[in-house]
Amino acid sequence: MFEHVVYFDNAAATRLDERVLEAMTPYFFDLYAVATSQFGYSLGIDARDALEDARGRIAAALGAQPQEVLFTSGSTESSNLALKGVAQALGEKRGRHIIISPLEDFPVLHSARSLERQGFQVTRLRVDGAGRVDLDHLRESITPETILVSIQAANQEIGTRQDLAAISKIAREKEVLFHTDATHTFPRLTLDVREIPVDLVTISAHTIHGPKGIGGLYVREGTPIRKWMDGGFQEFDLRPGVENIPGAVGFAKAVELVTPEETARLQGMRDRLIERMLQIPHTLLNGHPTYRLPHNANISYRFVEGESLLLHLDMRGFAVSTGSACFSRSLEASHVILGIGGNHERAHGSVRFTFGRYNEAGDVDAVVEAVSQVVADLRRISPLGKD
Amino acid sequence: MPLPYSDIVMEHFRNPRNVGRIDDPDAKSVEGSPACGDMVAVYLKVDPETHRIEDIKFESYGCASNIATGSIITELAKGRTLEEAKQISWQEATKELGGLPPIKTHCSVLAVDGLRAAIQNYEERHGLVTEREPTTVQVVEKRLKRVMNPVVGLDIVRTHLVHEITVTAGVVRVVVDLPSDHQFASNIREEIVEKIEPLWDVEQVEIEFTD
Repeated sequence: MFEHVVYFDNAAATRLDERVLEAMTPYFFDLYAVATSQFGYSLGIDARDALEDARGRIAAALGAQPQEVLFTSGSTESSNLALKGVAQALGEKRGRHIIISPLEDFPVLHSARSLERQGFQVTRLRVDGAGRVDLDHLRESITPETILVSIQAANQEIGTRQDLAAISKIAREKEVLFHTDATHTFPRLTLDVREIPVDLVTISAHTIHGPKGIGGLYVREGTPIRKWMDGGFQEFDLRPGVENIPGAVGFAKAVELVTPEETARLQGMRDRLIERMLQIPHTLLNGHPTYRLPHNANISYRFVEGESLLLHLDMRGFAVSTGSACFSRSLEASHVILGIGGNHERAHGSVRFTFGRYNEAGDVDAVVEAVSQVVADLRRISPLGKD
Repeated sequence: MPLPYSDIVMEHFRNPRNVGRIDDPDAKSVEGSPACGDMVAVYLKVDPETHRIEDIKFESYGCASNIATGSIITELAKGRTLEEAKQISWQEATKELGGLPPIKTHCSVLAVDGLRAAIQNYEERHGLVTEREPTTVQVVEKRLKRVMNPVVGLDIVRTHLVHEITVTAGVVRVVVDLPSDHQFASNIREEIVEKIEPLWDVEQVEIEFTD
């Protein structure tokens, strides 16, 4: 429809970088075998070397050992393995209590709910108006029954970051495992597991111009975790299935291509967008003003509904996302906006802008212009905000 | 680009008809609320002799289906008598729009409710209301026919989600045949409460799920 679509939904998926595809291509056509045995044929051994090389690079980006990173099909699977795998390993031996933030993305949120149905107790921590968890509440909530704390590195919708150093310290002191979903921060924001004693980290390639369908889970050496899916003995006997070698190679390449310079550029776009959007009357920024993802802005426009706004923007060639109930598959308003004390109205008119490699500075001004017009049009037909 | 909306829906969404307010209307209504999602306001000018709708306008704080349905029902209602306009159903509106995605049916129901509420408002203001009827299981069931099962876009009565209705001394209890953690459970709960609570003799609405 449009020759040039301005894509501001990079938290949902990103355009693949050609250099990633180039790195992956040989593993589809030439080195397509898998290493069923270390004594196997050379094609398989070469492929295995590529897998291990990719593992090593991704581990290095986390300050981890290669054997501490396993590949999965993406963040959903990684977080399922983290929560359910630890629950299986420790549920009988140690206790049946886990602690999460209520603003987690669905993989953690729904894994916790599923464990709850199996008799686990789940504490959902208090959060402040920006979405940061209450650390005192965390401290008080840990009991001898607690086995795992799972708190995301940064929020998928409103971008607020959590204080992983402080959280991991508390978890360590109380001898409880700590998992973090770093889908939206890795590797843009440094997380070095040698400095921050986190035990499990969910990561994914789809947010960093890598391929879809490949993610990883960092598992600190010695962490009690049990295999969750039955099959072969791949990935240190924790994640069975034919290894996605092209995916792993692409993931490692994507990690390598993320630079601090690029992240700074995205942050510049974010700051400009926030500053200009907030000049539109009756708007507010969702999430923390500064302690947030460098590539995320989330604005609520009062008196208008997000899906309508989104469709009008789509007609003008902009792709964004909204927390409106009308847009969600469950017809539920964003649990994140409601969770930080926002009402349905705030969720209804919330729009998320997430930046990526292929956005240009001029795109920000263009989207601000388009949003100003569409919001004004929709407010004209709205029964609200006129008196 | 295959949007889930028909061309007619998109046309009405882009250029909604009869948008705005009528100064000094003969009747008006506001359905829904910003607290629970979409909201529609409908304004009427009615000929006092013939009870024909001379002018109608609407405002929407809602999604594309809500705006498009508001637009189409105002077109359908204009020039009709109140009795005729009352017969406009969401099925008719949906058909005129070339269909709506099932999950969006409730948005179109809300717009139709807005029209009906405005007509009711006219009747109340102009002494045309018949006696108030006490709430019975039948009355509740009739109302529940306007609550959508978003999975299929048909109402929850027709799709057999209503397991049981009891009405006891102002307390209406509805048992919904869904697990309480179903994707749409809380949405259906909200909609049922929204439809039953305004009944004049209902004091409490209790929703149960069959876990």
